[in-house]
Amino acid sequence: MKAIAIVPEKEKIIRLFEENKAEICRNDSPYLTALRLEALQSFALAGYPTQELEEWRSTNLKDALAEEYNFYFTPFEDDVDVKEIFRCEIHNFETYLFSQLNGWYVYKQAPVTQLPNGVIVGSIAEVFRTHPELVLEHYGKYADVKNNGFIALNTMFAQDGIFIYVPDNIVVEKPIQIVNIVNISENIFLQPRNLIVLGKNAKLTLVHCDDSINHQKSFINSITEFFVDEGAEIDFYKLQNKDHLSNVITNTFFHQKENSKVNTNTLTFNGGLIRNETRVCLCGRGADAKVYGLYLMDKEQHIENQIYIDHIAEDTSSYELFKGIIDDNASAVFNGHIQVHRDAQKTVAFLTNKNILLTDSAHVSTKPFLEIYADDVKCSHGATVGQLDPEALFYLKSRGICERNAKMLLMYAFGAEVANKITIDVLRDRIDNMMVMRLKGELSICDQCVVHCKQEEKLVFDIDMSKL
Amino acid sequence: MSLLEIKNLKVSINNKKIIKGLDLLVNAGEVHAIMGPNGTGKSTLASVIAGRDVFIVTDGSIHYKDKDLLSMAVEDRSREGIFLGFQYPVEIPGVSMTNFMKTAVDEHRKYNHLPALTAVEFLRLMDEKKKMVEIQSNLTNRSVNEGFSGGEKKRNEIFQMSMLEPTLAILDETDSGLDIDALKIVANGVNKLRRADNAFIVITHYQRLLDYIIPDFVHVLFEGRIVKSGGKELAYELESKGYDWIKQELENQ
Repeated sequence: MKAIAIVPEKEKIIRLFEENKAEICRNDSPYLTALRLEALQSFALAGYPTQELEEWRSTNLKDALAEEYNFYFTPFEDDVDVKEIFRCEIHNFETYLFSQLNGWYVYKQAPVTQLPNGVIVGSIAEVFRTHPELVLEHYGKYADVKNNGFIALNTMFAQDGIFIYVPDNIVVEKPIQIVNIVNISENIFLQPRNLIVLGKNAKLTLVHCDDSINHQKSFINSITEFFVDEGAEIDFYKLQNKDHLSNVITNTFFHQKENSKVNTNTLTFNGGLIRNETRVCLCGRGADAKVYGLYLMDKEQHIENQIYIDHIAEDTSSYELFKGIIDDNASAVFNGHIQVHRDAQKTVAFLTNKNILLTDSAHVSTKPFLEIYADDVKCSHGATVGQLDPEALFYLKSRGICERNAKMLLMYAFGAEVANKITIDVLRDRIDNMMVMRLKGELSICDQCVVHCKQEEKLVFDIDMSKL
Repeated sequence: MSLLEIKNLKVSINNKKIIKGLDLLVNAGEVHAIMGPNGTGKSTLASVIAGRDVFIVTDGSIHYKDKDLLSMAVEDRSREGIFLGFQYPVEIPGVSMTNFMKTAVDEHRKYNHLPALTAVEFLRLMDEKKKMVEIQSNLTNRSVNEGFSGGEKKRNEIFQMSMLEPTLAILDETDSGLDIDALKIVANGVNKLRRADNAFIVITHYQRLLDYIIPDFVHVLFEGRIVKSGGKELAYELESKGYDWIKQELENQ
């Protein structure tokens, strides 16, 4: 296992690729190598996105990219017992659990698991060998390397990630849970690459938890591509609970065919600098996307959600709701862009972003945007930035509720609108609890999202948030 | 024992004088009605007692159970037994009535060194009080006042009052906008809570409510002062004569 430490400046990282090309491409099919080289060209041309670009205006990556990070091009030799590092904190949460450690798929019993119903879950590097036809049809087809420098960079370097395939007409009853852990005692630069393919009328619930246990600087540049075939349905929950030394850039793509349904919810509780970009392509008639998000940020944290929804086909619908509470000196950016193409008649699209600022130094920038080229559509967008309602606070306090709990109740109520969209009861309850803990400032990075390091301590709640 | 003693109270908002030297003494076991034309400071008085900080007390004092009320935090006033029935109860989307009331009752009990109610005990208490104010709907799933009709909001105030069993309740125009049935329910809620050791201040425009909640004293608040006090018969007099004769009396003085 060889680590190479560099400051990931444009020229240096290109040289890093050139010098390690043989290692990086060692298992590639010709298609994949060609794709990497195309990505290299794009990156060489565009480099990292800068703040001069409108879409990256609020993302200051200078400091993050000036650090030195370790790059690994071969897997870690020791296959770890993931149970030694974390355990799931959601009781009665029955899932198929798979994990990534420091960017590499954790094998457990096998690099690729095939369930009795034909569902395949495994290391994408392995699946390239075992089921190339499943991967090649979609890999890199939705994440356009010309879109931004990080997509190009990931495509150049990506070596492992999670692959999931659900065959036609298969409903996966139990959710699949992916836990992505960073646990290494050095600075690390990771570029995981995931691909999720749902066949016709397939159904899947996927929970993706991003956690870090180390207290070193990390830079994660991940791509996840979803292909959702005709009539298929995916529920995708992304939980981000990262330490303040983490820089996270995620690019997520949903490619939707006729009558498919996407329901995605991104819940961000902690992080250093996080930028989530989600692109939904409603390509087939009747496709529907629900894109939700909640972010609770404090201290010096920075969160961005950039959502692009393309209504390409007729009769497509999208509903977007993002809410955030921003405390201390934290900052949040929301950019929701809906484009209704000329042929996408009868589109229905709603977009809402609501923010609460708790301090004068907290900052939010929100930009809901509609671009409509069809003439028979129903669309609306809106954004709010405000404080907790002083009238409501007084009302609660006048009933004997202390200021802190009164604020808690109001903040909780604000966030619950998004959390309530979670369809898995046990997950929703857990998120409810996390929200309460987070708002009370008790969710440290050691109370991992749904995972938990072993130093368990009993949490006591002033407010009984159970639904009674 | 005097429960509430207000002396020479002067209150301003945005440099505008609202209450201009008000005295009031409320003893345990009494019901006081405060009447008067619009804009004379009735709601301001209620808000100041409850602790709303937009109002500035420029002079005078309020003592409650012999303690300096004006130096107490809003939530402590409530825990000490003061309850304000709001004229316009605020809607709080997303906060369920159950969570709201459970939190409030818990904090009251903690303050008074009482053990917290179990979920079962709490729900039983809610059910009992709901029946009293004839609230049929399942409050568990409803957000505080959200989507409540005007009458429901007022009944919800009385419901909260009965949950918290205050020593001094101030009802700020709880009767306005109520039909006669709702009015009876509200009055009935108050009457059931009346004891020798608590007191009520009822702010109203109409003598009608006082047919159901019989006051011991009626005060007329006019231009920031109590200008006339009497028994319940004063309410009838006001109902038939309006406020002009009081203005006339004042001018003649």
